[in-house]
Amino acid sequence: MTSPTNRLAVVGAGPAGLAAALTAAHHNIAVTLIDSAPQPGGQFYRQPAAALGARRPQALHHAWRTWARLRDRLDAHVAAGRIRHLPGRHVWFVELLDRGFILRTLTADDEPEVFAADAVLLATGAYEKVLPFPGWTLPGVVTAGGAQAMLKGGLVLPGRMAVVAGSGPLLLPVATGLAAAGARLAALIEAADPRAYGRHARTLAAHPGKLAEAAGYAGRLLRHRVPVLTRHTVVAAHGTDRVEAVTVAALDADGRARPKTERRIACDTLAVGHGLLPHTDLAGALGCRTDPARVVVDAQQRTDVPGVWAAGEAAGVGGAALALAEGEIAGRSVVAHLTGERPRIRSTAATSRTALRKFAAALDAVHTPPAHWAEQVADDTLVCRCEDVTAGAVRHAVTELGAADLRTVKLLTRAGMGWCQGRVCGPGVAGVAGCPPETVRRPFARPVPLSVLARTPSPTEGRQE
Amino acid sequence: MVGAACALYASRAGLRTVLVERGPVAGGTTGAGEGNLLVSDKEPGPELQLALLSLRLWRELAAEPGGFGAAVEYRAKGGLVVAAHPSDLDALSAFAGKQRSAGVETGLLAASQLADLEPHLAPGLAGGVHYPEDSQVMPALAAAHCVRQARRYGTELRTGTAVTSILRDPGGRVRGVRTDKGDIHAPAVVNAAGVRGGDLAALAGVRLPVRPRRGFVLVTEPLPPRVVRHKVYAADYVADVASDSAALQTSPVVEATDAGPVLIGASRERVGFDRTFSLSVTQVLAERAIALFPVLGRVSAIRAYLGFRPYLPDHLPAIGPDPRAPGLFHACGHEGAGIGLATGTGQLIAQALTGATPDLDLAPFRPDRFPASEEGAR
Ligand SMILES: Cc1cc2nc3c(=O)[nH]c(=O)nc-3n(C[C@H](O)[C@H](O)[C@H](O)COP(=O)(O)OP(=O)(O)OC[C@H]3O[C@@H](n4cnc5c(N)ncnc54)[C@H](O)[C@@H]3O)c2cc1C
Ligand SMILES: Cc1cc2nc3c(=O)[nH]c(=O)nc-3n(C[C@H](O)[C@H](O)[C@H](O)COP(=O)(O)OP(=O)(O)OC[C@H]3O[C@@H](n4cnc5c(N)ncnc54)[C@H](O)[C@@H]3O)c2cc1C
Repeated sequence: MTSPTNRLAVVGAGPAGLAAALTAAHHNIAVTLIDSAPQPGGQFYRQPAAALGARRPQALHHAWRTWARLRDRLDAHVAAGRIRHLPGRHVWFVELLDRGFILRTLTADDEPEVFAADAVLLATGAYEKVLPFPGWTLPGVVTAGGAQAMLKGGLVLPGRMAVVAGSGPLLLPVATGLAAAGARLAALIEAADPRAYGRHARTLAAHPGKLAEAAGYAGRLLRHRVPVLTRHTVVAAHGTDRVEAVTVAALDADGRARPKTERRIACDTLAVGHGLLPHTDLAGALGCRTDPARVVVDAQQRTDVPGVWAAGEAAGVGGAALALAEGEIAGRSVVAHLTGERPRIRSTAATSRTALRKFAAALDAVHTPPAHWAEQVADDTLVCRCEDVTAGAVRHAVTELGAADLRTVKLLTRAGMGWCQGRVCGPGVAGVAGCPPETVRRPFARPVPLSVLARTPSPTEGRQE
Repeated sequence: MVGAACALYASRAGLRTVLVERGPVAGGTTGAGEGNLLVSDKEPGPELQLALLSLRLWRELAAEPGGFGAAVEYRAKGGLVVAAHPSDLDALSAFAGKQRSAGVETGLLAASQLADLEPHLAPGLAGGVHYPEDSQVMPALAAAHCVRQARRYGTELRTGTAVTSILRDPGGRVRGVRTDKGDIHAPAVVNAAGVRGGDLAALAGVRLPVRPRRGFVLVTEPLPPRVVRHKVYAADYVADVASDSAALQTSPVVEATDAGPVLIGASRERVGFDRTFSLSVTQVLAERAIALFPVLGRVSAIRAYLGFRPYLPDHLPAIGPDPRAPGLFHACGHEGAGIGLATGTGQLIAQALTGATPDLDLAPFRPDRFPASEEGAR
């Protein structure tokens, strides 16, 4: 079933996708807004009020007002028929045809649908970067985002003893959220050196709101008496059926665990976060340039494939405010493209995008995983869970079998060949192999049943036998 | 794969060998194809002879102590070619009869016998032929372990090193290669550059028209063992391989791998080095696979990949010395069978290099059998 052409299709109903959809609809463009989640809001606004409120009352006020406004505008446009909101559908492929695009979707129970569009905005957001360490596969070890999901589902059992570790701005809200939900926080382990902020003082000072937010978190951590260890890293998690303790160590100037600084901290929950990686599969299959981990866009958020825009974390990780600004800019650029008018980018959006990107770059420079984290990964540590590949097997492929890049490591070990297609293990495998991260082409954004693939109508090419 | 096998057999024959590779091991077509070792798809002639020799050598390698067979996931699982209609079956059995005379083991199967070999095959097929010799390896592992063995016999491996020119003495004899990391002197140079074999030949001033033929492979989620037991494909495959048409031809071989996923491939198209993903090609692969195995309809494809087969206009590889450039040997252009044919090719090259009598007549594989220019080719 092919619906009548809707002029703009937006993939992802997070801050970026919403901002773009609202901007385009406001200018009378028919928008199809497709999102895999059951509710609009993306990763950020999907948080229930209770969880957000627990963590950041004052920030909540602002974020919630913004969200309520977006939500009302979305409802109004949906009611007026300008936006068709299609939740619960995962776009597995976007096809570029001579005239326009075909978006192919699947529902959670594999029901296929097909939508046509003249322009496509990819606002698919980001997912968490996972790095392996001995014990990371134990029950009780979760990602920072996973911990947020637990909070959201009310799954954090009061009385749990938690350690939050890794690097990046996500650790603070996770730690305060856990504490507020009744968990005891044994420690917050941050790899970065807070003094590194000094080097970015001017950029950071330009964002008093964000700093106040961070200060708010830090204040609440103090109130919960959470020991914060900076320039530290988790070198191993221990336990048999569940994590029982972690070993942490101080980092030296080169990013190596310093000998004799190790100490053991008892806990039954470990939340680890190392930052986010953009979702670029749809862009890659469309042939858009990626760099290696984000979709490359110009000042109007256009990709190098005509008719395809990208905004928000898909085009580079930078937070919800940046996603909103980029979404609005993309929306206006799409309007101009479809109406033939000159793009009217609001200067406030452009200015805030510039500033927020600088801020994100500064955070990114401070919060990197320890340079030599891979040395901590013992040979018997699993690096790829789907295919049960150990770090030792990856090293063997490099030293004994002649692998030299992520692709040949994968071919010779199967790391990254399983269900997740390297989305989870890619950075870990690359680090252990000592090869640079690279753009992995995944033609399907999610697994697709062969019967659906076989029924896929091919409007242009047809069969040429 | 081919270069790895040449290095293996050359160093075993006692030659000092340097294996030069601009990328990593298995980074070329070998890492982007499948590992079917087939006799079933070959009509009697030089390619079939090479395939039979190669299969014997694969068997020998796999049986060597040290676990080579397991390391490369060698499986002599046999092939099953099915015919949908009685007329196809007639053609198929006639074809199999000729193969049998050429030394291929074949077993004619009536419709009722198909289910014994493949319980999940679609009902209503006319019959088929069982080829017990058809086997498989995991191609990247096969190449890597051949290289590893070759290194045990003294081969020096230089990855990340690109050949930029071929050194020749004033008399025109080849005396080594120039790379981006220095010169390597040798009285013999073997061109195993796969789909870039024509470029390498050009460095020595000779023409070898190796071209790319694109193929897509679909990979499913892991399945329980023994859902698909053999390499199964439909009879029209045979016509596709020898085809001269540039149009898309899809003739999927359905095969299970050690790790569980089923591979469905591959398509054949001449579109140069175009890496654009083509949904319609994978659609046809899915369609044809389900036609063979209806159970696959419920199985998900988790990815698809593409590679470029190195082909020569007459669909035979170039193997042996090049009289136009003394000291230059070719081992490329194996199209969709370079994994299967690699061992025989390596053996023949080693024999040619040492002056031993080759196991097969090299005349059909002569590298100078093509016109000297593009115009001459028309
Ligand atoms: C796990 C996690 C936790 C976070 N926690 C915080 C936090 O506590 N505080 C904070 O300030 N920031 C947090 N962030 C960052 C914040 O969520 C982002 O900055 C912001 O949401 C980015 O907006 P976006 O529109 O680019 O993407 P998102 O909000 O991620 O929205 C993308 C949407 O696209 C959908 N989608 C993706 N691919 C497809 C597809 N193929 N088909 C259909 N739909 C698709 C997704 O389901 C999602 O709804 C978190 C991010 C993540 C990933
Ligand atoms: C989709 C698909 C399915 C296939 N299925 C099968 C199958 O089932 N069975 C089978 O037998 N075959 C199959 N094939 C064919 C098989 O993959 C190839 O025939 C085989 O891999 C060719 O091996 P090769 O060593 O000649 O080429 P390659 O593997 O490409 O190796 C050539 C190497 O030379 C290197 N090189 C090139 N130029 C230079 C230079 N100047 N300096 C240094 N190094 C250089 C390249 O980097 C490359 O690594 C398939 C192919 C495809 C695409």
